[in-house]
Order: sequence, then C-alpha cells, then structure tokens
Amino acid sequence: MTKVMMRMGDGELIETDEIEIREELEAGSRDASERGKIPSLDEDEIDYLLELYLRKDRVVGVEQGKECCLTYDNMTSKIKRAHIPISKIQQLLMFERGLGADTLELAHIDYSYKQCKHVVMYEIPNMEQAVLSTIAPILYGAMPNLGLYTVPDGPCPNPGDLLPKGKISEARQSYEEMVEYAIKDMVHVGSELYEKGGADGINFDTTAASGDAEFYAALKAVEILRGKYPEMGIEMGMSGEFILGMHGQIEYDGKRLAGLYPHEQVKLAKKAGVTIFGPAINVVSSESLPWNVARSITFTKACSEVSEIPVHANLGMGVGGIPLTVHPPLEALSRASKAHVEICKLDGL
Amino acid sequence: MHAAHAVVSGMGGMRTAGDLVARMQLNRGMRIDAAKQYVAEKLSVSVADLGDTVVMNDRREDLNIGCVNETPGVAKGIDAKFRIAQLLDLEINCVNMFQKNVGITNYKSF
Repeated sequence: MTKVMMRMGDGELIETDEIEIREELEAGSRDASERGKIPSLDEDEIDYLLELYLRKDRVVGVEQGKECCLTYDNMTSKIKRAHIPISKIQQLLMFERGLGADTLELAHIDYSYKQCKHVVMYEIPNMEQAVLSTIAPILYGAMPNLGLYTVPDGPCPNPGDLLPKGKISEARQSYEEMVEYAIKDMVHVGSELYEKGGADGINFDTTAASGDAEFYAALKAVEILRGKYPEMGIEMGMSGEFILGMHGQIEYDGKRLAGLYPHEQVKLAKKAGVTIFGPAINVVSSESLPWNVARSITFTKACSEVSEIPVHANLGMGVGGIPLTVHPPLEALSRASKAHVEICKLDGL
Repeated sequence: MHAAHAVVSGMGGMRTAGDLVARMQLNRGMRIDAAKQYVAEKLSVSVADLGDTVVMNDRREDLNIGCVNETPGVAKGIDAKFRIAQLLDLEINCVNMFQKNVGITNYKSF
C-alpha cells in the first residue's frame, strides 16, 4: 500500500495509507453522528474526502460557480498582529482591495463587548470614516465573553469558585446577573455602531464560550437589536459545537440551551433575528485531520440542511478541520475549505 | 489564512460581485443561491458571470459601483454605495446616514 503523508489535528505530519485514511474519515463522521444524533456522511461523501486527501496537489479549490462569501472575525487586528503598523481603516482597505474580502469588520483589539463599551466613542468615528471610503458591507464585531463579568474583572461572583464549594444556586444566580450586564453592553455597543457609525451589521463572535448563559445573553441581545433595527445585518459565530451547560437550566423560546448542537442552535439564532449563522466545530488535536474534517463536515452539513439563513462555517485555527497551529499549512486549509463548502453547500466561511 | 480562504472558496469581493452577494446575505438573510440569483438579475448578468473578474470588472465600471483599479472618475466609496443601494433595491445604513448628514430630507430615520 502506497504511503501517504497526513497531519494530525495539531498540524504534526504523520505517515499513513489509504485504508487508514478511510477508517479515520468514517470514525470522525461516526463520532459527530452519535453525539449530535444526525446522519453520518454517506459512501459517496467519504469517497470524495478520501480522493481529496490522496491528491498530491499543494492547493485545491472549489469548483467554479460554487464560490461563497467570506465574513471575518477580529479583522482589524490581523494585520496589526503581524507587526504591520497601519491604521484600522487602512487594514479594511487592504482586505477590500488587496485580499478579495467580500465583507469587512471593524474591531477593537480587546475583542469583547464589555471592553468595547469603554471605547465606543472612539470606535464610532472610525466606523464613520470607514463607511465613507469602503464599498463592501462592514460589520462591527466582538465577543459576548461572559467570563469578563466575574471578579476580579467584573462585578459578579465567579461560578468557577462557587461550584467546587457546592454552591450551585449561587453560581446560577451569578450567571443570571452576568447575562443582564452582557445584554446591556452588547445592545449599547451594537446600537451605537449601527445608529451613529453607519455599520451594515453587528457580529457576535465566539458566542457561548462561557456556555448556555452566554448563548442566552447573545440571543436576547440579538432579539432587542432586531426589534430596534429591522434592516440590521446580524452575524452570530459560535465558539464550539456543543453548548456547555454551565448554568444548566436556561431556556430560550422554551428550548433548553445546554447540550444543543449546531443544527439546533441555528434555529434559535434565526428565531432571535440573526441573518448569518456560523457553526464552529472544534478540532481534537490528538486525532488525525481526516477524522477532524469528517467530523466537522457531518455537524456542519446537518446545520446547513435545516437552516433558513446563510451559514458561514468557522474555519480558523483549531476549528472546522483547520489544524490547531499558528500557521495552518496551505494543503490542509485548502482541503478543509473546499470540502466544507462543497459537501455542506455553504453560503460562506 | 484569510487570503488562502479567499483564493480557495471566496467570491473575490469587489474583484467580482462578492460584496454585493454578501450584502443580500447579511441584510436580507438570503441563502447563497437566492442571493446570487437576485444580484445577477439586478446587474443583468448570468449567475456564472458573478464570479468572473473580467465580466464583473467591466460591468462594475459600466454601473459605476466601484472597482479595484484606480480608474479616474469611478466611484470610490460612499458614492458607489449610493448606486448599489438603488441597484439592489436595498437600504444601506451609511447611505441613509450620509443623506441625513448632508440634509437630504428623504433619509430613513431611526
């Protein structure tokens, strides 16, 4: 059997063969299927992925006509993080005119709504100027990040301290307090950037990183913004495939949030008023890349199939079958990108 | 990584009609096939043309809705978005805000 070079979820190169790759693809898809109670990939889809991983091309791409739209997270920190000292507006222009971006996103370097609240009066003029000189639709983005509302960073008791002491009701009460603070901040920042800055939309990125309470806070903030601004674009990108039950009892629209997978999350997002939903499937770094890609595609396909709104899957470092490494290898990224778009019939990434 | 995704899977933004299709997704919640069909009809091109840089560069210049090259006299920013709003029959927030700021009375008020 011909040996094939393959990567693990952390990017490490390993030597494998066709039989092993097929087994990994089937196992990854089965894992998602069992966890999410969704269909696993069929034989044709496994064959498609196997062929993709056996190809020797350094870069692959979607078929002509299947191109999709790209949205971003924390766009105006990307160039800065590469130590290129240019302004946020210049970065937006670089993305629009040099890097083929379909959409733009203005963001604060401290990418959380709680932190953005303090600088919103400086972000508005940035947005005002950006909308004058750019043409692509532009969002303002940040993370709900409920964790910032606990002591010592915020006003609420830390459930991480309370739970080990058995203070479950106190921990739940703390989450409920955090939710109220977070909703106010997200609605405030979103309203200011839309109403005074002229943004086309707001992005809630890495949603539910703190579990079900954070997902609830984001959904309620979306609901309020949708009520205020019927034409506002609202994107919600998730932090992982599974809503952690950190509170455990929170419901939205009569549905318990803990334990929901992307094909169920998207329905609530749509109900709240989201116009673009971004499922995020975490990479398991100790498993192979074929295992991770098949797993991610199984979850994402189920989400895309039931969705009534555009689905932009998260395919960044450590999610969506992209290796958990600072510089994702091109051959790995391009295969994950092509496979997700084509199998899941994605609207975007 | 962003440049790689744009090359592998992206529509190409202003090089094609990626920004226009994205507007219909973001502000109307239209899925990709419906959004492409809508934009193609409004631009009087085929759906396949939307991803063609040659066709779309010409079409964007004809419609004066912004293009990447520094063509003299072509709309460069908010002016392009005024035309895009009209062309796509779409409310664009900053266009409405601009009209309000310069005293055009038919702006959309909050």
